[in-house]
Formats: sequence, C-alpha cells, structure tokens
Amino acid sequence: MILVDKRTRVVVPGITGREGAFHAARCKDYGTTVVGGVTPGKGGTTHEGFPVWNTVAEAVATEGATCALIFVPPAAAADAIMEAAAAGVPLVVCITEGIPVADMVRAKEFLSRTTSRLVGPNCPGLITPGQAKVGIMPGHIHREGHVGVVSRSGTLTYEVVHQLTTRGIGQSTCVGIGGDPVTGTSFVDVLRLFNDDPETHAIMLIGEIGGSAEEEAAAFIRAHVRKPVVAFIAGQTAPPGRRMGHAGAIIAGGRGTAAEKMRALEAAGARLVPSPADMGKQVAATLGTA
Amino acid sequence: MKIHEYQAKALLREFGVAVPRGDVADSPERAHEIARALGGRVVVKAQVHAGGRGKAGGIQLAESPAAAEAAAKQLLGMRLRTPQTPPEGIEVRRVLVEEASPVRAELYLAVTLDRARSTEVVMASQAGGMEIEEVAARSPEKILREWAHPALGLQPFQARRLAFGLGLAGEQQKAGGTLAQNLFACYRAKDCSLAELNPLVVTTDGRVLALDAKLTFDDNALFRHPDVTALRDVHEELPLDVEASRYGLNYIKLDGSVGCMVNGAGLAMATMDIVQLAGGEPANFLDVGGGASPEQIENAFRILSSDPSVKAVFINVFGGILRCDRLAAGVIAAVRKLGLKLPVVVRMEGTNVELGRKMLAESGLALTTATDMGDGAQKVVELARAAR
Repeated sequence: MILVDKRTRVVVPGITGREGAFHAARCKDYGTTVVGGVTPGKGGTTHEGFPVWNTVAEAVATEGATCALIFVPPAAAADAIMEAAAAGVPLVVCITEGIPVADMVRAKEFLSRTTSRLVGPNCPGLITPGQAKVGIMPGHIHREGHVGVVSRSGTLTYEVVHQLTTRGIGQSTCVGIGGDPVTGTSFVDVLRLFNDDPETHAIMLIGEIGGSAEEEAAAFIRAHVRKPVVAFIAGQTAPPGRRMGHAGAIIAGGRGTAAEKMRALEAAGARLVPSPADMGKQVAATLGTA
Repeated sequence: MKIHEYQAKALLREFGVAVPRGDVADSPERAHEIARALGGRVVVKAQVHAGGRGKAGGIQLAESPAAAEAAAKQLLGMRLRTPQTPPEGIEVRRVLVEEASPVRAELYLAVTLDRARSTEVVMASQAGGMEIEEVAARSPEKILREWAHPALGLQPFQARRLAFGLGLAGEQQKAGGTLAQNLFACYRAKDCSLAELNPLVVTTDGRVLALDAKLTFDDNALFRHPDVTALRDVHEELPLDVEASRYGLNYIKLDGSVGCMVNGAGLAMATMDIVQLAGGEPANFLDVGGGASPEQIENAFRILSSDPSVKAVFINVFGGILRCDRLAAGVIAAVRKLGLKLPVVVRMEGTNVELGRKMLAESGLALTTATDMGDGAQKVVELARAAR
C-alpha cells in the first residue's frame, strides 16, 4: 500500500460546502480518521459533527493532520492547496474540478519549495482498501489485495476496480491523479511508489488522450519497473482538437493520441487492453502467468 | 473559448503587440468606408473560428474601396469550408478590412502551456505561415523554445534570444523582443491557453507586425474575465453544443449513429471506444458529470434524441456519487416525458444498482438492459444497425 493507510489523519478544507460535508462523512464511514475541516471565518464551530478551524495550520497543531482533502471551489482551490502545503501537511489531495491552469502553474511552483505531495486536482482521490479512503470513490466496490491502480479518470477507475473485485482480485492502493493539464502527482511518481511497495504485485494503469504523461510513464516502466503493468488508454475514437470532458483530454497538433500512447506503453513491455470491458480479465491473466 | 481574429488583434493592440491598421465590417458599405479611410491596398478577411481560410478563398486582396466592397459582398453570408470547419462550412457574418502589408519575411511566434514542464513555453520559428505541427514533425530544429518561469514569467534575455533566433537584427530585434514580451503579458493577464501569431511578419519597410492572430482562453478562468467572456460568439458553435453547455453537460457531436450517455469523462471516452470495437460508430461524447440530477439526465436524453443521426442510445453509468436509483428515476422520467422513439440500452453498476435495475424492470418501458460494458456495446450496435 502507498500514500494512505490507517495512520492517515485527514483534514477537509471546504468541509462546510455540500460536497465537502457529504464526502467527509463517507470517508469517516469507511474508517478513515477524519479529524475535522477548515473554512475561514467558521473556526471554532462544528459542522455535521466535525470540528471546523479557520486555518489548516490549526488543524495540524491541534489534531496532527497528515493529509488535506480539498473541496474548496475552483477560484480559491489553488490557494487552499498552497495553504495546506505551507502548514506542512505531507499529502494534499485536491478533488476540485475547474481550477484555472495558471493558478495550478503557480501552485505547483509553490509546492516545489515544500515537502508536500499533491494528488490532483480534478481527481477522485485515493484509497487503500481496508485502511483508508481519501476521496469520493464508492468505497464498497474495493477489496484488499495486491494490484496497484493509477488513473487519470474517475468513473473509469471505478469500472476497473469493479472488474477486479468481482474476479476476486483486490487492490493495494488506487490513485486518481486527475484529468487536468497540470497535476501534482504524475504516473511516473505513482509507478515509482508501486514499484517499491512490497504489497503491490502488479500495476493497472489507465491513461487517456492528451499530453505526454503516458509516454513518460512508458519510459519509466522500461527503465525501472520490475512488476507486470497492464494498461488501457481511453479516447481511441476521440476527434482531434476537441476537449473530451477533462481539461487535459485533448489531441493538440496531432500529438497526444491514444495510438501513440499505446505504442509507447506496449514497446515498454506493458500489456495493452484494447477493450475497456477486458481490463479485469487481462489483469487476472497477467497475475496467473506472472 | 475561441475568439475571432479581429477581436484577438484588438486585445493584442492593448498589450502593445503591433498589428496592421484595420477594422471589422458586417456590411459591404462599411467595408468600403474602412478601406477608404485606410487608403491604398487592403485585405478583406472572413471572420470565422477556423484556420485554413486563405486556401478556401476567405481572404481577398482589394486595390480600391470599391474592390473591398465587392470582396465583402462576396464573403458576407457565404459558408466558408476549410479543413477545420464542419463539412457544411461556417457562415461568414463579419469581415476584417486591413491595410495590406508588403511582407519581407514570414515568422512564427506563440505562447502555450508545456504540460510536461507545468509552465508556459514561448515558441518561435523562421518557418512562418506554415502549420507549426508540420514544421515540428519535419524539421523540429527550426523551432526555438523558451520556457517562462512559473512565477516570474518571461525574462528580457529570453525575449532577446527569441528575437535573435528569428533572424531579427537592429531595431527589428528590439521590436521583436518587446513584441514577444507583450504577447506573453497578454497570455498571462487574460488566462489564455494559446496565443499564436502565424505569420508574424517583417514588412519591406522594416516593421514587425502580427499579420494573423489566434487567441484561445482557459474556460476555467473565464469567471475572472468578463471582458473576454463578452467576446464569445455562439454562432460559431454547434447548436447542440451550446444547449448542452447551458445545462452543464459536456457534449461533443460526432459522426456515428450510437448516442452515448455516460457519467465521467474517462468512462465516456472508453464507452465511445467500446462502441467502435463492437463495430458501431459513436454519435457523440456526453458526460453528465459525477453527480447528475434527474433534470440533467432528462436534458441529456433530450439533446441526444434530437440528433437525427442517432439510431440507438447507450446509457453507461458507473454509480458512485450518482446513485443508480437516481439514474433510473431520471431515465424513466425522461422517457415518459419525451417518448421512447429510439431503442435504449442501459448498463449500470455501482451504488444501489439492485434498486435501479428493479425500477427499470418495473417501469414497463421497453428498455434493453446490459450486464456489462461489452454486452451493452454489442446490443446497442445491433439495435442501431437494425434501425437504419
């Protein structure tokens, strides 16, 4: 397992919003330690049973928060990311969709001068089944096990997890890195963690059109990864020049196509699944022969 | 968001980027007036949100105000077809009338995001006037790149390197460097996603000018730029796309016959892919979002059904936040209200799936249910084929 486990102590900036309150409760139901939330100006109150602080730093000082799960609206989300990093929270997970790219360029530079890791934004978060759920994914579809899942998508990740779980294959940790053009954690970062994690025996990678994160992942797999990798790339039928829902899912100037990414991953030794219905089947076959 | 060339040039002028003198006209008479005021030869340019206008006859040279009027008369109201427009073309509703610039050299200058480095890159090339993708593919060494600092931006020495790299010298090097910095300033100030001058030209009398300009903006940042938002021209967008955006739906029209309704962008793309693997063609990309309400599902269903090329609909939902019972309620309500004119295949999985399936089964509607994505794709492709 990587990044989150039973020791993770989560603070939720944006907890007084509808999504923040709903998902803080779902994470807690799953067994995650949610210490409370942050909303500037509402410090000292409680919201749906959770204590609320004015700043992330107070949550760190009083409750020893080790992870911030951010639901702050887009206009203020990059600021919330930087606040959490400045407060020394080692893991910052940002669910918010729709953050201006320029804000993320600045926030990422800010983060590079801290020791915090950012997962997201525009992601479902991450879950270590049986340990901690830090995100918006349906917890009950997961199962403890040894397949590491990393993905740029949300519901497509739930789809693969469902396919794995119904075959009796559990997951070590599932990480949604997000669908934006600028994200905190890349495929390469997560691959490195899975490769070093003794609990992870195989890796399922779900990419999509746009950018070059999958090509970079391929280069890393070829050079360093010693575990089987199964990959699916969404958007094989996507037209060029159109943004497919995710801000980062666009074929621009003929680059970032699914075909290119599939070729790179295949050449690096990953097993490509052409059909999204066969992701679980391919992992099962890979584990059986690995 | 895209804007027109004339709008981009007006914005760039505010930032000190040199552009030819000119103005926009929506009538031949107005084109005549502008040409007369400019004096001499002018260029009359069709204003549509698509490249490749020159080869399609959308850009005309006029020697006199009368010729400019004639050119405007021909262009206004015509449907311009270029490789970048839909097959039926886009109606020209405005023309830009500009002084003709005698060109000595055609260059390229653009700012965009470098995703791998998470900061902006300024690209320059002496191979102006060509598609930059072609230059990048054939002779990548001809493209210079300077990466901006995420916090500090583009430094003067970087702008100088770009200007020297463009082959500029003396006063033109200074003008080129300043222009690059001003273009970058506009990109940052207005939250652009692309600021492209192609070509940037050196005129025979030594001026450095943006002969064409393309600006696109980060949709996520429009909330802080009401001036930019006001430049949106919905006439350039497809009617179904505009309607979908009004309901917060991500919809993109495609060419096939299988309508797709999915929650989540990744799953929506994967659904299009599996439809094609099953031998069909997706009619659209449609992401109803993670927490779609019954109203949104109804609107999505209506938009899908109003596309005449759709012969069958595939609803593929993995319920996480969006619970399957709520999805089922939305689908049942939409079908009751709008009628079931098309075969519909529903595949759902996830939270409250048993309840959702039960609701669909007891609704009495002739919906086809699928056990998984692969099964759903097979069924919907067969239904679409049978309906043709």
